[in-house]
Amino acid sequence: MVMEKNVARAEAPESEDPTAAAEAAVEVPPEIVAQTLGQWFQAWMARIRAGDSGVLPVILGLVIITFVFEGISPHQVFLSATNLVNLFQQSAVFMVLAMGVIFALLLGQIDLSIGFVGATGAAIAVQLVQPATTKWPWWAAIAAALLVCALIGAIQGTLIARLRLSSLIVTLAGGLIFNGVMLIVLGLGPFSGYPSLAGSNANLQVLYNLMWGTINPTVSWVGMVVLVAAAGLIMWSADNRRRRSGLVAPPVSLTLLKIGLIAVCAVVVVAICNVNRAAIGTLEGVPWVIPIVLAVFTVWMVLLQKTRFGRYVYAIGGNPEAARRAGVRLANIITLCFTISAFTAGIGALLYASNLGGMSNNFPGNSLVLQAIASAVIGGTSLFGGRGKVLHGILGGLVIGGIYNGMYLLSIPVQWQFIVVGVVLILAVSIDALSRRSATSGSVARV
Amino acid sequence: MAQQAVTGASPGPAQLGEPLLKVRGINKHFGPVQALTNVDLDLYAGQVTALCGDNGAGKSVLTKCIAGIYQIDGGQFFWESKPVAIHSPRDSSALGIETVYQDLALADNLDIVQNMFLGREQIRNGLLNEDDMERSAGKTLSSLRVTTVRSIRQPVASLSGGQRQSVAVAKAVMWNSKLVMLDEPTAALGVVQTNQVLQLVRRLRERGLAVMVISHNLNDVFEVADRIAVLHLGRMAGQDRADAFDRQSVVDYMTTGASTRSRRADGDGEKRGQS
Repeated sequence: MVMEKNVARAEAPESEDPTAAAEAAVEVPPEIVAQTLGQWFQAWMARIRAGDSGVLPVILGLVIITFVFEGISPHQVFLSATNLVNLFQQSAVFMVLAMGVIFALLLGQIDLSIGFVGATGAAIAVQLVQPATTKWPWWAAIAAALLVCALIGAIQGTLIARLRLSSLIVTLAGGLIFNGVMLIVLGLGPFSGYPSLAGSNANLQVLYNLMWGTINPTVSWVGMVVLVAAAGLIMWSADNRRRRSGLVAPPVSLTLLKIGLIAVCAVVVVAICNVNRAAIGTLEGVPWVIPIVLAVFTVWMVLLQKTRFGRYVYAIGGNPEAARRAGVRLANIITLCFTISAFTAGIGALLYASNLGGMSNNFPGNSLVLQAIASAVIGGTSLFGGRGKVLHGILGGLVIGGIYNGMYLLSIPVQWQFIVVGVVLILAVSIDALSRRSATSGSVARV
Repeated sequence: MAQQAVTGASPGPAQLGEPLLKVRGINKHFGPVQALTNVDLDLYAGQVTALCGDNGAGKSVLTKCIAGIYQIDGGQFFWESKPVAIHSPRDSSALGIETVYQDLALADNLDIVQNMFLGREQIRNGLLNEDDMERSAGKTLSSLRVTTVRSIRQPVASLSGGQRQSVAVAKAVMWNSKLVMLDEPTAALGVVQTNQVLQLVRRLRERGLAVMVISHNLNDVFEVADRIAVLHLGRMAGQDRADAFDRQSVVDYMTTGASTRSRRADGDGEKRGQS
């Protein structure tokens, strides 16, 4: 603040003076006012040089991971279609869990229970569809599982929001409690703690296919074209409306560039997935898990960026007192965030169960929590609250998944995997803390 | 330096008509501590009233009573001459009273538009109507001639202290408010930014709003105030047109609750507190 004042005193002689704009120009994120693509890139570079790097570190991380592991993995299998699809499937659990926990992180809180709360839900779903016992249809089992998760999240959220308990303690205890509950649920029935999804029963198959099912290649292409066209149309019309109504809008070329980038990514992903990945027979097409992850991403992104609720989440993370004075009911928003976090954890754990082909009482709930939070933070979400996006969960999940996958290919022992991921997490938190420091000393905060 | 009563001849009581807000005989205690005793205060539309007083004189308590954050123990508010009850912040904002607190209550991570509409977002088809909000925020800011911000989409964290104060004030006047109370608006601001904020206060007056400025800074008080009210130990020590005071008499009222200095010959003393 002191620095700002000096700048203002030196450069802004009077409020109406046009040169006073120079005062603000120092600190504005320049791409907001850029009118051409060239200006936008210059502004972007300036912002990166100023230490406000956005998602750049994580993209850079992904590129480094790709080159390193492609270079040193035996027979260059890292970039093979089989491995890339595999990598995405492994990362999907981290991504989904991270996209949920971001709601707690945005408040400046933490949710350490997501691993075992989700696992409790997944255990319930896997138990309910067993043809030998309960025989529930798959959709009812999934709905019941997610409902239980949401309820658990609501209870934890209520304790945190209304009794003002520390989220760290509540969710730490919650993780322990639901580890126990998960073991109890898994112990039910004649499966000695390992209910499986193997078998020809249709309901078992659906749960198994969440991770392993694939979409017909032709349908994959058509679906991709429809999705990209829809996304492009929405982005185009939003920017166009702003341009027509005279508001400051990004240049046309930038809008087109963004849409083009999305289209290229989509084509590459579908093309890779449509390669026959089986050694014998055929295994091709986009796995179900990709549209599942995309659906979670889209719904939570719209909720956070385009609704009142999302705005209040950011406001509470930025300044809870301001939100309270603005009439925001903090307790409701906080409770809802923990509900969403637990609900999403249920989806993530279902994917994990599908990947495993059943549920096991060795479910690694605690390490999944840390990997999910690591994914969110590596993606660019702040642990201090108020800063983060759903997209960060996807990018960070890819980084964590990529590191695990690459080290697995290299047959690096598990003890070194722990150490490497731990170091990467410390690195990401340091970047977060440093960018927060520069944000409070006058540069622009990332939202 | 800052000339006394630069605001010139402020209209006499006859031209002012009825006060927008009349505060009569307000009492407020916290346990055994009597924070306000029988306080009267008049706030007129189109006038800047400075509320002065030493630390602990009850300035903030009085403000919070008017804002509905504290409930009064006794006394009566008259809004546009009608008796009203203010039990909660919602009551006061329903009347058209907005308060800008010293900490401004802005979320650093949100941009200017998002802050100005916080809690009152406009919705279209269930989603936030960003374009309309941006347009009205821009309109309000330019009507107050807050021109130094580069983009109203920049995060509040990137604004200077004076700009933040401007955004907080713009946020307060956006909602057809009739009375704006500013708590120490120039504390912690540099010279240039203080001037910006005082300009802004004058513009609020030009718009016909009643403005109450709480301030320690007598330079600022004499620069913008049309009327001055001085609290001393929870009692209204003196309240009159700004040109009825000089710097020394305000200090006397603030420190001792009375002034022996001769007042303006035609200054009407009848509004002085009965302390």
